[in-house]
Amino acid sequence: MKITEEQVRYVADLANLRLSEEEVRRFSTDLGQILAYMNKLNELDTSAVAPMAQVLYEAEETAVLREDRPRPVLGAEAALANAPVGGGGFFKVPRVIER
Amino acid sequence: MDIASLTIGQIRKGLSRRSFSAVELAAAALGFAEAENPKTNAYLHFCPERALEAARRVDEKLARGEDPGALAGVPVAVKDVICTKGVRTTCGSRLLARYVPPYDATAVIRLEQAGGVILGKTNCDEFAMGSSTENSAFGPVRNPVAPERVPGGSSGGSAAAVAQGTAVVALGSDTGGSIRQPASFCGVVGVTPTYGRVSRSGLVAFASSLDHIGPFARNVRDVALLLKVIAGRDEMDSTSAFAPVPDYVALLDGQVRGMRVGLPREYFQGLASETGDLIARGIEVLQRLGCEVREISLPHTDYAIACYYIICTAEASSNLARYDGARYTLRAGGAETLIDMYRSTRGEGFGAECKRRIMLGTYVLSSGYYDAYYLKAQKVRTLVARDFSEAFQQVDAIITPVSPFPAFKLGEKLDDPLEMYLSDIYTITGSLAGIPCLSVPCGGTAAGLPVGMQILARHFDEAGMFRLAEAFERAGGVSG
Repeated sequence: MKITEEQVRYVADLANLRLSEEEVRRFSTDLGQILAYMNKLNELDTSAVAPMAQVLYEAEETAVLREDRPRPVLGAEAALANAPVGGGGFFKVPRVIER
Repeated sequence: MDIASLTIGQIRKGLSRRSFSAVELAAAALGFAEAENPKTNAYLHFCPERALEAARRVDEKLARGEDPGALAGVPVAVKDVICTKGVRTTCGSRLLARYVPPYDATAVIRLEQAGGVILGKTNCDEFAMGSSTENSAFGPVRNPVAPERVPGGSSGGSAAAVAQGTAVVALGSDTGGSIRQPASFCGVVGVTPTYGRVSRSGLVAFASSLDHIGPFARNVRDVALLLKVIAGRDEMDSTSAFAPVPDYVALLDGQVRGMRVGLPREYFQGLASETGDLIARGIEVLQRLGCEVREISLPHTDYAIACYYIICTAEASSNLARYDGARYTLRAGGAETLIDMYRSTRGEGFGAECKRRIMLGTYVLSSGYYDAYYLKAQKVRTLVARDFSEAFQQVDAIITPVSPFPAFKLGEKLDDPLEMYLSDIYTITGSLAGIPCLSVPCGGTAAGLPVGMQILARHFDEAGMFRLAEAFERAGGVSG
């Protein structure tokens, strides 16, 4: 299977990933090889099979909604402590709205 | 006291007889681990203050005559993808080199409440993506048994620390084999519990429908005890199970006579190697113990790797989207627009294997390919899981190798990502089905490299899996 360098650049844009020219070349080969292997799944007829998004097992009915009660929260200071650039209770990023 | 070979039982005895205090043990264990660590690079960093504080709490409880907990004073290593409040959690990534979590993972809270003493955080493949720990941004780990070889991965640091004796037990994480494979390469016991058995709260997400936290130890009893401590429903993880957690250690009675053990024929075809011979000897031991061994079939085995690498990369591409340069410590310099900031931060921060998986995952989820790859893989996952539920109508446990080969040399497989993926064949199927799996030492090759035998059991039947593994261990394994 052939994945062109143009396709690699398109996917990298979707993934918000800047790649070097060397990486683009490398991934064009790697992705082609790996996806060719993955095409093996087409040998199977799955038209009558339901997709599995989550591990399911025989179990009692589980209440996945917990009780809604107030509890201590992290707080802005702790939540922002790892921000590369922060201040005033916010994560700071390059300007996105023109005045 | 020989620190490198301590068991949880010996620590309990030593503390109750006042042979040593928890603080003395913690200080000695830290000193030993720090001195030995350069040989393997198993730990990325230590947390001595936290360790000594935890040990002090144990001593205080002992002094007051209170129960200090099931893990009182036990030195523990924690894989660096599991959040520790106030202690750096790097995920083996440059991107998170300075990340300090504001909260603890539930498994960490529970093991400290039980008296466990966390010595430090262990090295791993970046974001747990890899089978050799060579994808760490902070240098590879050396296998303590054979220093020119890898310890396996991605939880290579945790496996190496337990094998080296620089921790008594450890926590790792497993998505497609990342606990069992390094356990087998390093000659220790490693467990991937049933999906949902242990809360994932505080485990940095790689592939959420496949991620597990699980324990490592040097024997089955200790690994079972650690799982008991960390398992059980947690309201911070809605996928964690309500199923009651039995007292695994109390159930280790050696009674395996009549237990029905299945050997999947697809796993043993063409396994003509030292690994195959050792597993065959392991199976003979189980027969001598009275297990009823029979051949079974898991017909979709051949499709598992393709299925797994579509699902896990798709989930990873989504989970790793959060590392955007706004929130998690690293931001590339010079970006003038938001998109520019995202792209250059991620381009600089992620290593090659993470990028490869983000690219694959984005591709299989992208418009026009979603049905052909992602949806198709989810359907095949149903078939793989169904193979197991049908097999477990005939048998109580399944035995397989953990890896087709023992620990390989550093650098040996780095250039061929597909070949590295293919080596995960025996561990991936159980991950896709969400069943409990364990690697127990099953002798060594002529060159002295450990080999692990994998035991798989029904959902939530960790107790049966431990009983079989402990009976095998008690019989002396393949050297007994």
